[in-house]
Amino acid sequence: MNIIISNSSQHPIYEQIVTQIKTTIMKEAILPGDALPSIRSLAKALQISVITTKRAYEELERDGFIETVPGKGSYVSGQNKDLIREKRLTAIEEKLTEVVTESKHLNLSLEELQSMLQLLYTEEN
Amino acid sequence: MDNILEIQNLSKSYKNFTLDNLSFNVERGSVMGFIGPNGAGKSTTIKLIMNLVKKDSGNINIFGLDNLKHEKEIKEKIGFVYDENYFYEELNIIEMKNILQPFYKSWNDTLFEKYIKEFELPKKNKIKNLSKGMKMKLSLALALCHNAELIIMDEPTSGLDPVFRSELLDILYNVIQDENVSIFFSTHITTDLEKIADYITFINKGKLVFSQPKDEIIENYGLVKGDKELLDSDTRREFVSIKETSFGFEALTKDIVNARKIFKGKGLIERASLEDIMVYTVRGNG
Repeated sequence: MNIIISNSSQHPIYEQIVTQIKTTIMKEAILPGDALPSIRSLAKALQISVITTKRAYEELERDGFIETVPGKGSYVSGQNKDLIREKRLTAIEEKLTEVVTESKHLNLSLEELQSMLQLLYTEEN
Repeated sequence: MDNILEIQNLSKSYKNFTLDNLSFNVERGSVMGFIGPNGAGKSTTIKLIMNLVKKDSGNINIFGLDNLKHEKEIKEKIGFVYDENYFYEELNIIEMKNILQPFYKSWNDTLFEKYIKEFELPKKNKIKNLSKGMKMKLSLALALCHNAELIIMDEPTSGLDPVFRSELLDILYNVIQDENVSIFFSTHITTDLEKIADYITFINKGKLVFSQPKDEIIENYGLVKGDKELLDSDTRREFVSIKETSFGFEALTKDIVNARKIFKGKGLIERASLEDIMVYTVRGNG
């Protein structure tokens, strides 16, 4: 797992960690049940404060991506596949809404849009 | 959360300086950076914590115990790293260790040997022949080998090069892998050890400016830069202090979100570093 922290980023450090661990989980580079580094060893590796890593892990836990067993450590959550699918579907929906709005601005008909989509979809494969 | 160090309404007056009603806490398992310009009262505070000078009023509790009444048992569990050399210069490392060891019940000689090796310290050299960095490492080795739960360091990096400072940071990260250990260090070079700090306590002219989680500080403070035309009696009030030049202004705000609203599209808004915060706050108080 790679985590790269930018000090000049607009995003707070804990948020950068959250996003990168989420991506790693979504890409299935780490799998349900896999252990994450301990809060203190991650702080050491990234040279950031313990409080910051703690906050990142709490956030990941709240979003259902990881589970923490007191005294043992944190693990990639088992149920997150559906959750991730759900999240990705929402993301697609958002992008499609954008496309629809833009199409309407250009007076593009549903049929025209559908054929465009069909072309793109088959081309991809 | 329990506090390993509690300071309440601490005051101490000297002829030209007063430490004025200082209060803050250090949580168990956390790292606190104690910052402020030279002469702010950092060393005085640390001397009061260690009972090296007498306080005028206020309370200091360490491990939940009064620091005067329980001085001996408290000091068993404190690792103290002082910025000035308090060793006997004519002795070598082992002779110095032999003097200090009897003061600590839980002295761990194996651990001491391990640190001496790790820090590459020459055992047989007289202390006066060690470099400043080596003396600091010796000080650390002595502080870390009696199961201390609170490491107190007064300006541990002053006068040391960046390579050593980064090495020190690694050593401290190893120390805090044990979640029972807290570290409290003072520094006026904020960029130094700020990476590892969970909390920052900032004092200026003997008074507390703030004692807060570092992330909160970094997320809230901001630097605004722009055309001097943006400054009027209303916008000026948003700032801790303002630096004006013939090319524009630069100012520190405690509320970056609000500043983004006010100066939307006009002027440049950036995160402030602890150094910016220190410099602008001290100037604003001057």
